Amino acid sequence: MTAVKSEREGSACPRTSTAPRSGAGEGVAQRRIAPAERSARFDPVRARADFPILRQKVHGAPLVYLDNAATTQKPRVVLDAMTRYYEEANANVHRGVHLLSERATKAYEDARLAVARFIGAPDPREVIFVRGTTEAVNLVAQTFGRTRVGPGDEVLVTALEHHSNIVPWQMLCREKGARLAVVPIDDAGDLDLDALDRLLGPRTRLLAVTQVSNALGTVNPLDEIVRRAHAKGVPVLVDGAQGIPHRGIDVAASGADFYAFSAHKMYGPTGIGVLWGRRELLEELPPWQGGGDMILSVTFEKTVYNALPYKFEAGTPAIAEAVGLGAAVEYLEQAGLAEVAAHERDLLAYALERLREVPDLRLVGTPRERSGAISFLVGDVHPHDVATVLDRHGVAVRAGHHCAQPLMHRLGVAATVRASVALYSTREDVDALVRALHAAREMFA
Amino acid sequence: MSSSELTDLYQEVVLDHGKRPRNFGPLEGATHRAEGLNPLCGDQLTVWARLEDGAVREVRFEGSGCAISKASASVMTGVVKGKTREEIDALFERFHKLVTEGPDPGDAESLGKLAVFGGVHDYPTRVKCASLAWHALRAALSGQGEPVSTE
Repeated sequence: MTAVKSEREGSACPRTSTAPRSGAGEGVAQRRIAPAERSARFDPVRARADFPILRQKVHGAPLVYLDNAATTQKPRVVLDAMTRYYEEANANVHRGVHLLSERATKAYEDARLAVARFIGAPDPREVIFVRGTTEAVNLVAQTFGRTRVGPGDEVLVTALEHHSNIVPWQMLCREKGARLAVVPIDDAGDLDLDALDRLLGPRTRLLAVTQVSNALGTVNPLDEIVRRAHAKGVPVLVDGAQGIPHRGIDVAASGADFYAFSAHKMYGPTGIGVLWGRRELLEELPPWQGGGDMILSVTFEKTVYNALPYKFEAGTPAIAEAVGLGAAVEYLEQAGLAEVAAHERDLLAYALERLREVPDLRLVGTPRERSGAISFLVGDVHPHDVATVLDRHGVAVRAGHHCAQPLMHRLGVAATVRASVALYSTREDVDALVRALHAAREMFA
Repeated sequence: MSSSELTDLYQEVVLDHGKRPRNFGPLEGATHRAEGLNPLCGDQLTVWARLEDGAVREVRFEGSGCAISKASASVMTGVVKGKTREEIDALFERFHKLVTEGPDPGDAESLGKLAVFGGVHDYPTRVKCASLAWHALRAALSGQGEPVSTE
């Protein structure tokens, strides 16, 4: 196993309670809990009880779910909030004058308020509900990109990006005759910031960069990156899909111009995510999809578009999913993002320590700062074979290219095994992973 | 855990072919060639074949992949030798049935060496690994130059 840099040594997980309870608020999605009730320490074992799916066995072994970078499991409060929405409030939003429509609208808009608070958005109108990170990036490519990028211009991405923060820009560049430039990484999986400076040129129209690498766990120095880009007058879109569940974000303080994330990687449902953008910037952009809800008035001659955020929310939105996202936000707030982050940091340090015990295990990516995920190879055993053996031991990991083929290519590997943690992950999970890795090694020795 | 099931998938013969694939490397004088790609994992392989008098005389392959895909390609290069395109298509049908539905007691004889892949059907995500080389070979023989995908 290769050397690991700057990983904090873990301490024993605190054992105080935190398991949030759903509040029986009026109407739907009202489960605010006073901050005073929040406990200072985070206990993953207690938190596990909030996640019904984690109680099961797979292939006769207790489920050890370490594929959280793909999607996290959902706590009972999220499931209940969505069920309650359908049982008590379901109607279309922003339309009817009847009671259910009012309830549905309130539930949907309350979710927007919760998200705005959670990410530090100065104005809730800057919170646009989309299907997920991918759609958020495409929205920016199709509005900002189509109006601001022309022939000979450049869009800058990094070698760490997920396909969803590469392909929309590639499509845009092809359409516009623009160039896609790539900020390289070093062998540890950290961005080359000197190269970033060199690549930020007079034709650079946007920098699209991830907060945390989904494949390697690299934490990018966001403040520094945004500062350097803005010094050259280049706006920054941040892919927060992997960042938000582990580190959160203060969009205002970050200085970013756009921030995109998905609910399902932060304990919320699939099918909903958020694009946050600076209000002045969003105001200037043309609408994306046309349809209901994004208009003020329509004649066959002319349509007057709705104000933010509705300008970008054509059609009936994913209302129950938004309610679920709101509940997930409150669950995370209740657990305490800082406490969760500390727990996950300790756990990753423990995991890196334990993985050293597995002979022939090689880490892929040893970033200065890590969040969420650890990628590795076991000898010359193919990651899919490793993952199949792990699965039969109850351990769910991801094996493959992690939708980051250019990154895999840069690192000279076709695929890796990736273990990724969440707030409910424990040292016992890591121990089970290590036991199963020994079994995989034996099988293919 | 259930290691007995794991050894159904990773039988000794499979592990052996995965580690030491037969007929590995380019084929001189190949008349047909195709690439196979598994988008799920990014694995890819190239299959070469030499067809003479309507029958496959030699098949070789090269590429990266998991134990299942390498073993499947390796075993395939042996069992298709001397067969016509039609015979290979028919054999693939039986192989595909084996890896998707499991062993059929009535068909054990005709599968020959391919029977070692009888455990694959318990692992639906691995069916593509087992089929990749076959898709590539059939694409090569049908004259499709484009890479084939398991999707």
